Amino acid sequence: MSAIYALWLRELRRYVRSRTQIVASLGQPILYLVALGFGLGPVFQKAGQGNYVQFVAPGIISMTILFSSVFSGMGLLWDRQFGFLKETLVAPVPRIHVMLGKTLGAATVAVIQGLLVAAVCFVAGFRVADIRAIPAALLFMCLIGCLFSALGTAIGSTLQNIQGFQLVMNFLVMPIFFLSGALYPLNNLPKALSLVTRLDPLAYGVDGLRTTLIGISHFGLAADLAVLTMVTIILLFIGSYLFSKIEV
Amino acid sequence: MIRVENLVKRFGEFTAVDKISFEVAKGEIFAFLGPNGAGKTTTIKMLTTLLRPTSGTLEVDGLDPVGNSNEVRKRFGIVFQDPSLDVDMTAYENMEIHGIFYHVPRKLRLERIEYLLGLFELWDRRDEQVKVFSGGMKRRLEIARGLLHTPKILFLDEPTLGLDPQTRNQLWTHVKHLNQSEGVTVFLTTHYMDEADRVAQRIAIIDHGKIVAQGSPHELKQQTGKDSLEEAFLALTGSTIRDEASNSADQMRQMAKMWGNRR
Repeated sequence: MSAIYALWLRELRRYVRSRTQIVASLGQPILYLVALGFGLGPVFQKAGQGNYVQFVAPGIISMTILFSSVFSGMGLLWDRQFGFLKETLVAPVPRIHVMLGKTLGAATVAVIQGLLVAAVCFVAGFRVADIRAIPAALLFMCLIGCLFSALGTAIGSTLQNIQGFQLVMNFLVMPIFFLSGALYPLNNLPKALSLVTRLDPLAYGVDGLRTTLIGISHFGLAADLAVLTMVTIILLFIGSYLFSKIEV
Repeated sequence: MIRVENLVKRFGEFTAVDKISFEVAKGEIFAFLGPNGAGKTTTIKMLTTLLRPTSGTLEVDGLDPVGNSNEVRKRFGIVFQDPSLDVDMTAYENMEIHGIFYHVPRKLRLERIEYLLGLFELWDRRDEQVKVFSGGMKRRLEIARGLLHTPKILFLDEPTLGLDPQTRNQLWTHVKHLNQSEGVTVFLTTHYMDEADRVAQRIAIIDHGKIVAQGSPHELKQQTGKDSLEEAFLALTGSTIRDEASNSADQMRQMAKMWGNRR
């Protein structure tokens, strides 16, 4: 158990120490928020959908958590490269503990990043519909973080080198983001696209966050919660299996 | 303590370890010598649960590293040949997390960390991130960390690579002491034949994945009719220089340097 905590703490320490990275990683969400939020705002308004900043903020927060958690999870690649992975693999600690510590650490870091972006959204004019729903929104942020950290760890366990990183980025992470409904409403989509969005776990995260923060729902909270929890558990299992099979 | 029988490891077409057999007795200091790429590190990786053998039997303290890996991991400590520190953490934190992994009780952990960092002259720099350390300091920290808990078996994979004579001396004195007072079995590899001659009670020489000779340093010298272990080693393994293909980790380190070093 203490190993899980130690590895979790390690992720946090590393996060706090990489200040330039914290600032750099906030750049992209802010750009999305400003450029899209204000750029598409008038069109969105004309289409009768209301305030776009209000609509897109939960999506941008989800995006931040998605990127941050997948990257931290894939931090395993760096541990492999710099050798620290070996130190954890020969330690008399069940590998599932190592995997959990790493995943929970990555998720925590991702949620902190998400909160920072939420603060930026607030400055940009985003307002929560009902303050009492904030704990529920936090729960969804944590679920998104855990789900994609587990995915990141699973991928990090199988990738041997950094070249695979671009592949994961372009064929997995970006599609997950763009098909999640983070940027547009999922209503009235073409059939094929609508089907694909239903298979995207982030869609349920974005929906859960949007429901709790601004009261607009697509799948319904129960469905969001159920899908996110289930997928997280499945990915944790897959991740710890793949992690237990690592050879260096 | 260690028993290896007909051990084989293949990577695709390449046979890194080819049907080797040897035994290391409890409390023995055993040196595993061989030129670059002979299969030393691969063998250590199989003994330490990092790689699964292609075929053959392995036993560490009577246990199988493949089927019983976590129990085996409780029994050994290792100093790796290549870096295995977390460079974003401080020297102290690297020691601390190791102590937690190996279940060293808190009080003892603090004592041991202070003692070992002092011994390897890193105590004053304990709160600095490892990434600012010189190569020698990193190496010293790896060794200090490897000695933090007292295992039944200590694997030292070229521990003295790039160390100054002072640190080397410190290391071997400490290792000998551990061996004598705590009965720790030591399994080491090195390219410095004088070290092996001085420290090891028994030696096995491996070349091209096969063991070519085994015995005490004295026996090996006698067998080849040479005066020094270095000459005996050359007589047994020839004088051609071996090239090791760089592995993917090396390639990645190269990449990381190109990318402006995130760490």
